Amino acid sequence: MSDIAENVAWIEVGKIDDIPQLGSRVVKRAEGDIAVFRNSENEIFALLNRCPHRGGPLSEGIVYGKTVTCPMHNWCLGLRNGEAIAPDEGCAPTYPIKIEGEKVFLSLQQSNECDGWTD
Amino acid sequence: MREKLILIGNGMAGMRTLEELLKLDSDMYDITVFGTEPYPNYNRILLSPVLAGEKTIDDIILNSREWYAENNIELHTDSTVSEINRVKRTIKTDAGVEFNYDRLLVATGSSPFIIPVPGHDLDGVIGFRNIADVDAMIQSSKDYKKATVIGGGLLGLEAANGLMIQGMDVTVVHLLDSLMERQLDPPASDLLKTSLMEKGLNFLMEAQTAEIIGDQRVEKVKFSDGSELDTDLVVMAVGIRPNIELAEKAGLYCERGLLVSDTMQTFDPRIYAVGECVQHRGNTYGLVAPLFEQAKVCANHLATLGYGRYEGSVTATKLKVTGIDLFSAGNFNGDEDTEEIIFQDPKAGVYKRLVLRDNKLEGAVLYGDTIDGAWFFQLMREGTDISDIRRQLLFGQAHLGNSGHGGESTAASMSDDAQVCDCNGITKGEIVAAITSKGLFTLDDVKAHTKAAASCGSCAGLVEQLLESTLGGDYTTPENKPVCKCTDFTHDQVRAVIRNQKLTSIRALFDYMEWRNPDGCHICRPALNYYLISSWPEEAVDDPQSRFINERAHGNIQKDGTFSVIPRIWGGKTTPDELRVIADAAEKFDAGEVHITGGQRINLLGIKKEALPEMWDFLSERGLVSGHAYGKALRTVKTCVGSAWCRFGTQDSTQMGIDLEKLSWGSWMPHKFKMAVSGCPRNCAEATIKDFGVVAIESGWELHVGGNGGVKVRATDMLCRVRTAEEVEEYVAAFIQLYREEAHYLERTAPWVERVGLGYVKERILEDEAGRKALQKRFLISQSIFQNDPWKARAKGESAHEFMPLKIIGA
Ligand code: SRM
Ligand SMILES: Cc1cc2nc3c(=O)[nH]c(=O)nc-3n(C[C@H](O)[C@H](O)[C@H](O)COP(=O)(O)OP(=O)(O)OC[C@H]3O[C@@H](n4cnc5c(N)ncnc54)[C@H](O)[C@@H]3O)c2cc1C
Ligand code: SF4
Ligand code: FES
Repeated sequence: MSDIAENVAWIEVGKIDDIPQLGSRVVKRAEGDIAVFRNSENEIFALLNRCPHRGGPLSEGIVYGKTVTCPMHNWCLGLRNGEAIAPDEGCAPTYPIKIEGEKVFLSLQQSNECDGWTD
Repeated sequence: MREKLILIGNGMAGMRTLEELLKLDSDMYDITVFGTEPYPNYNRILLSPVLAGEKTIDDIILNSREWYAENNIELHTDSTVSEINRVKRTIKTDAGVEFNYDRLLVATGSSPFIIPVPGHDLDGVIGFRNIADVDAMIQSSKDYKKATVIGGGLLGLEAANGLMIQGMDVTVVHLLDSLMERQLDPPASDLLKTSLMEKGLNFLMEAQTAEIIGDQRVEKVKFSDGSELDTDLVVMAVGIRPNIELAEKAGLYCERGLLVSDTMQTFDPRIYAVGECVQHRGNTYGLVAPLFEQAKVCANHLATLGYGRYEGSVTATKLKVTGIDLFSAGNFNGDEDTEEIIFQDPKAGVYKRLVLRDNKLEGAVLYGDTIDGAWFFQLMREGTDISDIRRQLLFGQAHLGNSGHGGESTAASMSDDAQVCDCNGITKGEIVAAITSKGLFTLDDVKAHTKAAASCGSCAGLVEQLLESTLGGDYTTPENKPVCKCTDFTHDQVRAVIRNQKLTSIRALFDYMEWRNPDGCHICRPALNYYLISSWPEEAVDDPQSRFINERAHGNIQKDGTFSVIPRIWGGKTTPDELRVIADAAEKFDAGEVHITGGQRINLLGIKKEALPEMWDFLSERGLVSGHAYGKALRTVKTCVGSAWCRFGTQDSTQMGIDLEKLSWGSWMPHKFKMAVSGCPRNCAEATIKDFGVVAIESGWELHVGGNGGVKVRATDMLCRVRTAEEVEEYVAAFIQLYREEAHYLERTAPWVERVGLGYVKERILEDEAGRKALQKRFLISQSIFQNDPWKARAKGESAHEFMPLKIIGA
């Protein structure tokens, strides 16, 4: 996260406590919603809200450790890198997050190389 | 610095232990493996199909050299360990090189027992244990004609069959008068001998080998009665001896095998042992299923998780000779306290014998028709009470009542492109390929790698059969499954701890039971949340983040991410006003579709998540509450019109349905729970496929339990007849509570009743009046807390964040 250039545009999306622990909230936008997750260690992650399997809404999944399980057919994705956990194969785009005090900032510049789910 | 772990014996049990260990913790140890054989780890079981020309050596390699490298395991093949120095904590190889260890795992397997008669060391006298033996046999079949196999057990017969297929003229010599006497009773043994003779094998029974005669190479076998047999090859398959010389030399305590505790430790706590070389609680094992169980426990302790226990195994056997179906498990001989059920059709080559003790299956021998072997084995291991299915037992699972087991007997005969898992579209060919290429051994492995049986599970039986037919006797169903990969504890154990320790939160439970993953996973969390709130309704706090989305958002998520809304329609009876409210809601909130459900109510589909609270507010203001169509909870109570209108109706079934729904709505359950009330035995409300069904009769009510109309249809069992409405409510409440307290999460009443037995349910509900009333009381206490409308609560603002985006960009 720290190696993101300083000139990226950060968008303030809310406070850490707006997101439930082991849960997620959605940032809506025309190009596809972004799911912002918070785990039990208060780490925050952002993934495109579309499961690489069939586009399921990852924000509705169960979160544990650094993993989310998609509510549709139980694929498990790493929150850090968006990669599906074996034996499943695929990935979801990830986005940088910056925390300042209580505030959570999101950048819309995708941070991994992943095409994500295509219908 | 990481600790050093050394494995002696690059075979099936030792390597399985390492695989399990890597799964638990992949960088805890620097691992080094020594193996006498020149190959990486291979599937020894499949040597028989290799000998029979059905598979090649490449097919049976389990872990390639690349795999060892990828996992940072140093592999020394062709390298025998000749010494263990427990004081210096070193081992020494036959090449004289020394390595030191922090922990040592001994898995040296066993060796074929070679009868020490004169001539046993001649060329052409071998055992059947490893690739070298198979190579020697295949080479002999090219150069020579006649083979003798000494030993008519499992291994001997597989060797004989293979050699015969390789073109040799084979005689099996056996000391006793019946083959495979340790797995078969005499009738099954005779059938086996007849079919093997038809295939072309020769037998010499009750013959004791006295001497092997030859110059350089074997030429004759001589027996104790003086007779002789010409031969070019002798395969000794009379038994195995655990390889314990190395351990004995190191001063580790050995009897028949190397002694280990329930944690797979030898008397030196730094030294672990698994596999055929060990002796556990007086037993040694020669099949992989128990060895894999040992491996799991051992890995758990190597990873210092420290709570697995190995407590011994029941084993089952199958003979891997193509065209011969044979299955044997447990105590199949019986004694004066056991009963037997026997089916015999010698002409058709079918023989089945089941041994029962106190209405539980204790042993089974099947010949010619082994379709139900896996099922019988499961009944045995789980100790299921079979009194209710006794009459059909012998005919197998497919003949149990109305259950839709179609297709189970077809696994073997299915074509490769036939679809096995209809949910995920997985074919038989794909499953078999995954089993062989990825070295899968259990149903869970297959689920994880192929997703077959990972969804609705109705094809699990078929997948188990494919595992069986692909792996042979190497396949087992775990007895009491752990809740998930985060723990080794079973559902029942977790529940007992929650109750006895009065745990009221998931965190407390994770700490107390030393959960492997700090937050658990999507499998255990919903189960644990349910166990907590059902055990301590007044104390435990519900954890929304541990509920599946449907229960968290109180609607069913649809494939496009929208939700469905199904209001409760009490007992299926509605009014024009109620319908008008639903119609208004459908228009106001833009329902994409209005659907009359299979449960006598109306489904409004395609509702956006953000709109849910407002829509619920609209409905709740007008008297409608959540139908819980999304929950592991009470669903619908379906009714017919009954005596109010119907010319056959004997009681007011509609009112009874409404009363039962008012009694039980809102209660969380292990799985969904459905009821129905019919006004007469014509049963228009289909009460006999519900979890609890009520059928009105002239004199009162007939109560039915354990029905299911979904994936696997099961008609209910009749519980009893009662006279009054109060009694119906008492029995319903008690049954629901018993189910809530004792069934496993995601187990519907049908499989639960089958597991515990109707007899047990009757004992608790019918015979124990005080117990029944206590169950009812506990149910009512729970209802006093949970019977409230979640929609209304959310319309008033509860969990508001759940329904609102964090932010809208570009708005
Ligand atoms: C809506 C409805 C279909 C309809 O339009 O008629 C329905 C819809 C679903 N059913 Fe059903 N079932 C519906 C009546 C039934 C019935 C008929 C009945 O209840 O009389 C059955 C067979 C009876 C039974 O359960 O024994 C039925 C057996 C199943 C099963 C198989 C359950 C089993 O134990 O075998 C599943 C899968 C599961 O639960 O894992 C399932 C699962 C589902 C799910 C939840 C699938 C899912 O996970 O998304 C569907 C949700 C759709 C939605 O979003 O609303 N549904 N489902 C019915 C709602 C009834 C209601 O008013 O609440
Ligand atoms: C032909 C055949 C068919 C079988 N069929 C079935 C079946 O259908 N179902 C079933 O469940 N089981 C079957 N088995 C039994 C099953 O293969 C064994 O139970 C299993 O392989 C035992 O595992 P293990 O790790 O204890 O021993 P092994 O797999 O034998 O591994 C031990 C390894 O340790 C090596 N070793 C020994 N001493 C040393 C040393 N000092 N230094 C270095 N290395 C050493 C050995 O060379 C060997 O490679 C069959 C066995 C055979 C031979
Ligand atoms: S039968 Fe039930 S689960 Fe299947 S598609 Fe229809 S509603 Fe969905
Ligand atoms: S859409 Fe996520 S698992 Fe299928």
